[in-house]
Amino acid sequence: MRPVAVVGIGKTPFGAFPHRDLRSLAVEGGEKCLKNAHATPSQVEAVFLGNFAGPAFVGQNHLAPYVSTALGIQGVPATRVEAACASSGSAFFHAFNGVASGVYDIVLVAGVEKMTSQPTPRVTEILASAGDCAGEIKAGSTFASLFAMIARRHMYQFGTTREHLAAVAVKNHANGALNPDAHMRKPITMEQAMAGKPIADPLNLYDCSLISDGAAAVLLAPAERAHEFTDKPVRILGIAQASDFVALDQKPDITTFPAVRLASEKAYRMAGVRPTDIQLAELHDCFTIAEIIALEDLGFAPRGEGGPFSLEGHTARTGDKPVNTSGGLKSKGHPVGATGVAQICDLVLQMRCEAGERQVPRHSLGLAQNLGGSGATCVVTILGTI
Amino acid sequence: MNGESGTVYTETVIYSAPEAFAADVPYQTAIVSLDSGGRVTGRILGGRVVIDDRVAEVEVRDGVPFFRKIA
Repeated sequence: MRPVAVVGIGKTPFGAFPHRDLRSLAVEGGEKCLKNAHATPSQVEAVFLGNFAGPAFVGQNHLAPYVSTALGIQGVPATRVEAACASSGSAFFHAFNGVASGVYDIVLVAGVEKMTSQPTPRVTEILASAGDCAGEIKAGSTFASLFAMIARRHMYQFGTTREHLAAVAVKNHANGALNPDAHMRKPITMEQAMAGKPIADPLNLYDCSLISDGAAAVLLAPAERAHEFTDKPVRILGIAQASDFVALDQKPDITTFPAVRLASEKAYRMAGVRPTDIQLAELHDCFTIAEIIALEDLGFAPRGEGGPFSLEGHTARTGDKPVNTSGGLKSKGHPVGATGVAQICDLVLQMRCEAGERQVPRHSLGLAQNLGGSGATCVVTILGTI
Repeated sequence: MNGESGTVYTETVIYSAPEAFAADVPYQTAIVSLDSGGRVTGRILGGRVVIDDRVAEVEVRDGVPFFRKIA
């Protein structure tokens, strides 16, 4: 295994773009990334594309070469990776392995989702296909309801409150308001976050991430060649992917995500760092309870204490462990297949000191956690400045 | 598994549903720890249940168990 660096990043804004199709979004992300890395399409040796449900959302399959050829990248292996909301995190993991092992030098990883062309009930149905369709989904579960059941149990076992959940939403909206590429640039108050329209008890509208269109891309290179592309390379110090049951009712304890624990333990060991060393993180806040549990599973907060940890402000931009300075999935937006790579882009922005108004002072060691489904896939990545 | 009984492990009431369930909103789902072992996701009929409530399966529709609170 040789050291690997992120040498370019590119993202579309996230939002609802009725006049944009999936391919044009992916191409915009990819072109911005290549430009950012001063790279040409002919230098790219492989393409990995994260996408959850292009066939269901827009009726298009065979997406990787569909996107790569539109970017002017010809002939190379182009592979779509699907792992629900962790699709592009997984694409990133497989691309890393390709470069670290020496199979490839220069690899483009992109993620894309075009969701808003479908009405919300249909989007809910497509998202639900990431659950167990023979069991929980057949019974009427939605993803919000699965995380609502997780929240209920977390409240029962640890005393987590509605106020704890709301604190996560308020914090992520405050961050997203400073992100020019965020879907919803609107700060909210605790009162608003507590009183949102009910979605699945105890979760309301403000506990749920957004239905968005968008794309993101990163360019990977061996660290020894990073200087050919950028003077601000960011090293992948540790990365791991782990898996677990798809059905929530098969998990012995739904208040923790074993895949997050497994992936983070491996990533910490690989990077030679501890949870206390991490200076900032982009976590998978598909629902507010997911950020709270991620704080615990990643070792940032003791078990059961993720709620108070959030309410006390540790994870605020000005706190000792800033989480989701981008606004997170909650406010930045959650074009499902783009999210994992977008998290890497947002960390790299901070680590290059290019995050504008939301720049944090300590930014040399960052962690991204990308979750698929109700915890069946998790990818954890630890980035460091060289 | 007709006649199964068990204990509510967790539950939620759903207000925003996929098209197929839109007519049922709001409806309650729960993960039930069965007395015979294992857990299953099912629907709740009648009054709302909370964690630790005892429930009994009253019917199975298309493979989905429907439970009701045991008074």
